[in-house]
Amino acid sequence: MSPEDYNFITNFLLDTTGLSLGENKEYLLEARLIPLAQAHGMNGIQDLVLSLKSKMDPSLEKEIMEAMTTNESSFFRDRRPFDELKATILPEIIAERKMTRKLRIWCSACSHGQEPYSIMMLLRENFPELNDWNIQIISTDLCSKALERAREGVYSQFEVQRGLPVQLLMKYFEQCEQGWKIKPELGTGIQWKHLNLLEDFRHLGMFDIVFCRNVLIYFKPELKKDILNRISSQLNSSGTLLLGAAETVLGISDKYSKQYGCQSAIYQLAGNAEAAPIAR
Amino acid sequence: MKTILLVDDSRAVRLVGRRIMGTFGLNVLEAEDGKQALEVARANPELDAVLLDWNMPIMDGMEFLKALRAETREKQPIVVMCTTENDMPQIVQAMQAGANEYIMKPFTEDIVRDKLEETGVL
Repeated sequence: MSPEDYNFITNFLLDTTGLSLGENKEYLLEARLIPLAQAHGMNGIQDLVLSLKSKMDPSLEKEIMEAMTTNESSFFRDRRPFDELKATILPEIIAERKMTRKLRIWCSACSHGQEPYSIMMLLRENFPELNDWNIQIISTDLCSKALERAREGVYSQFEVQRGLPVQLLMKYFEQCEQGWKIKPELGTGIQWKHLNLLEDFRHLGMFDIVFCRNVLIYFKPELKKDILNRISSQLNSSGTLLLGAAETVLGISDKYSKQYGCQSAIYQLAGNAEAAPIAR
Repeated sequence: MKTILLVDDSRAVRLVGRRIMGTFGLNVLEAEDGKQALEVARANPELDAVLLDWNMPIMDGMEFLKALRAETREKQPIVVMCTTENDMPQIVQAMQAGANEYIMKPFTEDIVRDKLEETGVL
């Protein structure tokens, strides 16, 4: 791949998805984009770049964006954030919302759906008092194919064994020809929407909990700050933000404070009485 | 150091299992069938966990599991089934017989780690 083609594609990805590949990721581009080029009858990445520059095929832009999006996920990923959600975050929010009996959660990069389904299982298993509440889990992702899989809720034998206790497999899944399918009732209350985090998301409304895990790591600091700040505007005053295990708001956004008593990357809006100041 | 008993009639599976358990820092015992596994379990009252195949000669995994759970022991080990019996009725049957978790073969190191963490072995 020529340096010019590499620069063109990395700039295209940065502008359209926020994905910051940096230098020396030629192997990654080639691994993911050569099969895509071949599927379109092209000889390689050079042809792909020519086609992109011609702007003749908008669907090709989308396919490139989706091919470069990482969709790795697992049920109850990293476990501890879900334990802390159960033990600390949810009881407090439920106590606050007992008059309105409404809970809104946003999974901002839901990938193949393991995260929203995990949240739904956690709620069903541990908070039966929510059965007659209005629970909304808005699940968004940049990748339409990932969203389609998430909506179908069909997982391979390997996927249902990562992080998912067998008791929950028995209770919430049924075996099907392709593997294991989430029972339809677990999907009730989950809305699937295509969304690019670079774009305006105010139309999604306000949330009590926002999951934005393992997505900001691919973005440049200024973009992380912009997204974190815009998410803070969508959080209710006592709302909670969950980031990935290797992510932090420290040094990026001053809109948040670390959630007191939690070891995971869980944050509340700065100034909230329940939050502890971030040690600097 | 916790001790796990690998029960599988396939030497290849026991070899892979031993290597994986070694990376987890577990002490590993082995048995080729359910009967041998019962003897090892009786000789090791402090046994922490069993990774148990289903289909084996002499005594299969389900017979072993029922016999183990029927025994009066100071400590009942965690039992994780590890089998090619991958249909829901088998999973339900094993869990009702006293298994704590279930691994469907073929497995990966990550899956084994997840299941052993889930059951508190790791």
